[in-house]
Amino acid sequence: MTLAGWVIMVLACGGFTGLLLWCVRKVVVTPEAPEHLHSQIDIDTHDKE
Amino acid sequence: MAVDKREHWGTRIGAILAVTGSAVGLGNFLRFPGQAAKYGGGAFLIPYLVAFLVVGLPMAWAEWALGRYGGARGHNSSPGIFRTLLGSRKGAYVGMLGTLMPVMIYMYYLSVEAWCLAYAWDYLTGHFARLGTDLAAIENQFLGFVGAGQDGILFGGAGVSRMLVFLGFCFLTNTVLIYRGVNRGIERFCNLAMPLLIVCALIVLARVLTLPAHPAHPEQTVANGLGYMWNPVKPGQTLWGVLSNPEVWMAATGQIFFSLSVGFGLILTYASYLKPDDDVALSGLTACAGNEFCEVVLGGMIAIPAAFVFLGPSVVQSPPGTFGMGFVTLPNVFNQMPLGSFFGFLFFFLLFLAAITSSLSMLQPSIALLEEGLKIGRRASVSILAFITGTGCLFVAYFSKGFTALDTLDFWMANFFIFIFATIQSVVFAWVLGIDRGMAELRRGAEIRLPRILPFVLKYVSPTYLLAIFCLWAWKNLPERWEAIVHPPADGPPVVLFSVLLILAVGVFFALIVNVANKSWDKEKPS
Repeated sequence: MTLAGWVIMVLACGGFTGLLLWCVRKVVVTPEAPEHLHSQIDIDTHDKE
Repeated sequence: MAVDKREHWGTRIGAILAVTGSAVGLGNFLRFPGQAAKYGGGAFLIPYLVAFLVVGLPMAWAEWALGRYGGARGHNSSPGIFRTLLGSRKGAYVGMLGTLMPVMIYMYYLSVEAWCLAYAWDYLTGHFARLGTDLAAIENQFLGFVGAGQDGILFGGAGVSRMLVFLGFCFLTNTVLIYRGVNRGIERFCNLAMPLLIVCALIVLARVLTLPAHPAHPEQTVANGLGYMWNPVKPGQTLWGVLSNPEVWMAATGQIFFSLSVGFGLILTYASYLKPDDDVALSGLTACAGNEFCEVVLGGMIAIPAAFVFLGPSVVQSPPGTFGMGFVTLPNVFNQMPLGSFFGFLFFFLLFLAAITSSLSMLQPSIALLEEGLKIGRRASVSILAFITGTGCLFVAYFSKGFTALDTLDFWMANFFIFIFATIQSVVFAWVLGIDRGMAELRRGAEIRLPRILPFVLKYVSPTYLLAIFCLWAWKNLPERWEAIVHPPADGPPVVLFSVLLILAVGVFFALIVNVANKSWDKEKPS
C-alpha cells in the first residue's frame, strides 16, 4: 500500500470512527427532552394562507 | 384530554439503533468493498464522501424531520404523512411509494437473508469445511442451494429444499418480531442485534488484520490487500481519470443511497414513532455515522484484504458482484483460514443480523398503513401483510433461475423508484413544506447545531444532484430493462414481465388501501 493509501485509510476510518464516538457520547450524556406543553405560538393550525 | 395511544420508541438509543439496523445490511460488508475496489480504491471515496455530504446526510435529516412531523399529526404511514404534507388526498397516493418499495424489496431480500443464515449454520456444523478450497465446488454449492440453474427447482425435489426451510424460518422470525410491535419487537431486537453485529464484525476484522502473508506468495499480505481498497488510484490510472468518469459518481451516489436507507420511506415511518419534541438532528447524524462506521471501517477492511491474501490480486482487481463476493469468494477464503469455520460462522451470522434488522424495517411502513387505513389491529394487519409478502417470497424463490425475478424487483424498486421517491421527498421538504418550516422542524429539539449551509444544500443542491444522477442512470440502464420486459426470451417463461406484473398487482392493492384510508381520514379531519 502506498503512503497516500495509508493516509486516506487513516483519515476515512479515523474520521467516521471519531464521528460515531462523538455522536454516541453526545447521545449518552445529553438527557432526553421531556415532553412539554406548548404555548399558543407553537400550535400549527395547518393553515396554508 | 385525549391520550396518545400510538406506539412510541422506548428510548432514543433504541430508535437510533433501529434506524442504524435498518441501514446496515449486506451492502455495507459486501457491496461497498466491491464497488470501491472496482472504481479506483481510495479515489472512489471522493465522490462517495461528496454524495454523503450533499445527498445522504441532508436527505436523512429531512426524512427524520418529515417522519416526526407526520407522527406529531397522528400518522405513521408514508401515505398518511404525505397526505398531511401535501394537504391533499392525492398526497396519500404519492406517499404510497413509501410502503410499496419496502414490501417489494422485502420479498427478495428475505431470500438473501435466508442464504446468510444457511451459510452461518453450515459453518457452525462444519459442512462448509468439507468443501475445502475447491472454488468450483463452492460455486456449485451456492448455485444449487439457491436454485440458480432452473426455475421451480427448489419446489421440485423429493422433500422440501433446505433453502425453503431457511426461508420459512426467516419469514416466521420477521413476522413474530413485527407482530410484537415497534417497542417490544423491533426496538428490543435491535438493541441486542446491533451490538452483537458490531462485536462479530470486530472479531472477524481482528482476524483479517492479523493474517500472515500467503506462504507460497509472500507479496500477498494484508497491507498490500488494503492497498486495493485505499490506494488513491490503481496502477495505470490517474485521479482525474477516475473522477471524470460519470459512472464512478453514479456508483458512489447509489452506494450512499442504498446504504443509508434514504428514500425508501423506512426512516419516515421509524421517525414518526418519535415524540414531538424528540431530537432528530443528533439521532439522524448518529444513525448515519453508525452506518458509515460499519461500511467504511468494518466493511472496507474485511472482504478485499482477506480475499487478496488467500486468492491473489486477480480476484480484487475485478471483484465479483455482491453475491459472488459473499457466497463464493469469501467462503473460499474462510476455508483456507485457520479456524475458518468459526470465523466463517461469525461473518455470515453478522450478515444475517444485518439483514434481519433491515428486513424488519421493510415491514413496518405497510403495517402502519394497514392499521391506520383499515382501522384494524396488529394481528389482522400482520396477517394480511404476511399473506402478501409470503406470496412474493415464494414467487422469488420459484423463479430462481439466474436470479431474474430477484434482479428485476431489485432494479425497479431499489434503483428506479428509490431515486424517484427520494427526489419527491427532497422537493416536498424544501419546496412544499418550505425550507424555513422544514428547517424549523429539523431544529426543534435538536441537540446539535446544524450547518448553516444545510438549507441551501437541501433546497438546491440535493434535488439537482439527485435529478442529474437519476437522468444519467436512467439513460444508461432503462432502455435495456425495457427491452427485457417487452421482448421476453423465447426459451422460458417471461419472468421479467411476471415480476413487473407482481409489482403492479401489489401497487394496485396498496392504492385500494390508500383509497379506503383516505375516506377514513376524511371523516376524521378533512385535508
